[in-house]
Amino acid sequence: MAKMELRHVGKVYPDGTRAVTDLNMRIDDGEFVVFVGPSGCGKTTALRMIAGLETISEGEIEIGDRVVNDVPPRDRDVAMVFQSYALYPHLSVRDNIGFGLQLRKVPKRELNRRVEEAAKILGLTDHLDRKPRNLSGGQRQRVAMGRAIVREPQAFLMDEPLSNLDAKLRVQMRAEIGKLQRDLAVTTIYVTHDQTEAMTLGHRVAVMKLGVLQQIAPPQVLYDHPDNLFVAGFIGSPAMNFMPGTLRRDDTGHRVEVGQQSISVPDKVVAERPALASYVDKDVVIGFRPEDVDDAAITKPDPGRSFVGTVELVEPLGSDLMVHVSTDAPPLTESEDLAELGKDSDAGAPLGDRTRVVARFNPRSRVQIGEQATMSLDTERFHFFDPQTGRSIWAHQPADPTHDS
Amino acid sequence: MTVASSDIVTGAINRSLPARVVARTGGGVLRIFLIVVALVWLVPTFGLLVESFRDPAQYANGGWWDAITHPGQLTAHNYVELLKNSTMTSSFLNTIEITLPATILVVLIGSAAGYAFAWMEFPGRDAIFLLVVGLLVIPIQIALIPVIKLYGLMGISGTILSVIMFHVGFGLPFAIFLLRNYFSGIPRDLMEAARMDGASEVKIFFKVILPLGMPAIASLGIFQFLWVWNDLLVALVFSNATSEPITVALASQTRQFGSSIDILAPGAFLSLIVPLIVFLAFQRYFVQGVMAGSVK
Repeated sequence: MAKMELRHVGKVYPDGTRAVTDLNMRIDDGEFVVFVGPSGCGKTTALRMIAGLETISEGEIEIGDRVVNDVPPRDRDVAMVFQSYALYPHLSVRDNIGFGLQLRKVPKRELNRRVEEAAKILGLTDHLDRKPRNLSGGQRQRVAMGRAIVREPQAFLMDEPLSNLDAKLRVQMRAEIGKLQRDLAVTTIYVTHDQTEAMTLGHRVAVMKLGVLQQIAPPQVLYDHPDNLFVAGFIGSPAMNFMPGTLRRDDTGHRVEVGQQSISVPDKVVAERPALASYVDKDVVIGFRPEDVDDAAITKPDPGRSFVGTVELVEPLGSDLMVHVSTDAPPLTESEDLAELGKDSDAGAPLGDRTRVVARFNPRSRVQIGEQATMSLDTERFHFFDPQTGRSIWAHQPADPTHDS
Repeated sequence: MTVASSDIVTGAINRSLPARVVARTGGGVLRIFLIVVALVWLVPTFGLLVESFRDPAQYANGGWWDAITHPGQLTAHNYVELLKNSTMTSSFLNTIEITLPATILVVLIGSAAGYAFAWMEFPGRDAIFLLVVGLLVIPIQIALIPVIKLYGLMGISGTILSVIMFHVGFGLPFAIFLLRNYFSGIPRDLMEAARMDGASEVKIFFKVILPLGMPAIASLGIFQFLWVWNDLLVALVFSNATSEPITVALASQTRQFGSSIDILAPGAFLSLIVPLIVFLAFQRYFVQGVMAGSVK
């Protein structure tokens, strides 16, 4: 078990494609870090560089206290779980799990003991003499895990290990991986495109976009304090709603003009964000999560805390109503962040000259498709972003030269 | 039209002619046809077997089929004589001495080269591979005379080694081509997993590639074995009286008039039965779906 450090790590392929840019992070001993991002964001490349399956073009990777840039994979003492499981089809489960130990010339008795112990942990004891082709998807996944844990490596690297399982099994295996990692306390890096997996498993989650690390933080911090539009839109399901507006200030306080409507901003929110003062009479992007929106007919909000739109779609989930409302807020078209998000989902997708808001309404709501609806907004939970840089507006100045995306 | 019959109609349209014939006749006609073809194919071999056990004195009095009605014609005498014939026994041993190394070397070198061309990165890899593939089109007849001269210079003319070397040289391009293509179909993840598990290139080759490549390696081995075992041309050109294999020895027993059938028949049958046994023994490696369950 070991800590890990990535310093200015970059990857450029021979054809000039840049996959990872200036990746910096420290991972503590026993920590579970999840790399998450849409396809092509460089998360797998970063993992493969740590594994040694890709050469490191720039920077340094340290595992334990050893720089491993020129160390071949077999000497890095890390174990990897592949998306495809990559089980050896000609070997039994026992030999698959014991393969690494056998190569390391571990004595037969010790090898058997460790294989059987791993099999016990993973519930594979009855299947040790079967071939991979006779196993179910979940069992194959367990064998792949067994192959990793039996080696007692410095770190686990997992490349989308659950994406080949069906939804139910995925949830179950997700919980098992989380428990296993807690029990073994092995430093783990886990790559996924699924933000639910990232949020549920990671001690910290690293969100990547186009090869650049956007933010690395504990899941709740990512959710509550996203650094930029991309992280805000990527974390959370359904995704955060965004609307462009202009920040105004008058005797009664701050408010944001969105299209023809106006939303007041509580003083507390402004006080928390000193940098917001310099945005008065300038454009901002406001973001709010679906659960911070409800049916005004039920919540009866204060004036200035509501927004009107046309109901397009109502999805009853039992516990909630997911309501899609089209509003006259102009769409966000210029954001590169949102364009990147849009590749994987329709989050923030422009709707002609209107913007769609997804709201999680109280199930007692009586809204009907096609009707006008007034939404109440929990303005205390608003997020503010700079429309030019996409960065979250907190304490720093708007034109931050060190963050050039 | 019912659902069932419309299903049959669409099925018939989508399938090929042979498939439709099989479907219509329930496979029975096809099976009978195949059995007839197989029997016709086997008759000469069966005749050879019977003839090899017939008393040579009866050869002038009719064909091998007489032995079916007159089992008294059958005797092991020809085989006993064959074993006493030192030309035949030594040529049979020569065949083994040529075929085994020529097959094993081609399989070993071919699979190592196939792995390198498929999975190792080195400068000029694809160019060299193209060159090897290009060698496939060179007919061996072109090489006979230059290689004879070369062997003369090397002082190995007429030796078993010279025959082996020629077979290996001309077997390799196809071997490398076949195995490289098969190996490159093995999922990359398996090699990376082995690398992470601590395997060197050599270990990956022996513990992952060779077992998984067995279907292709077995087919190649059989092809190469049959080709070398049955070869007459190369042996005729490069071997001499002490190194000639059984094909050459048998060929020299045939004459324009009155071939010595009492030697030819058992000799030919022996030379035929060995590749047959090899084929049947390795046939089980042609199992489909060996790769199933490794990666999803």
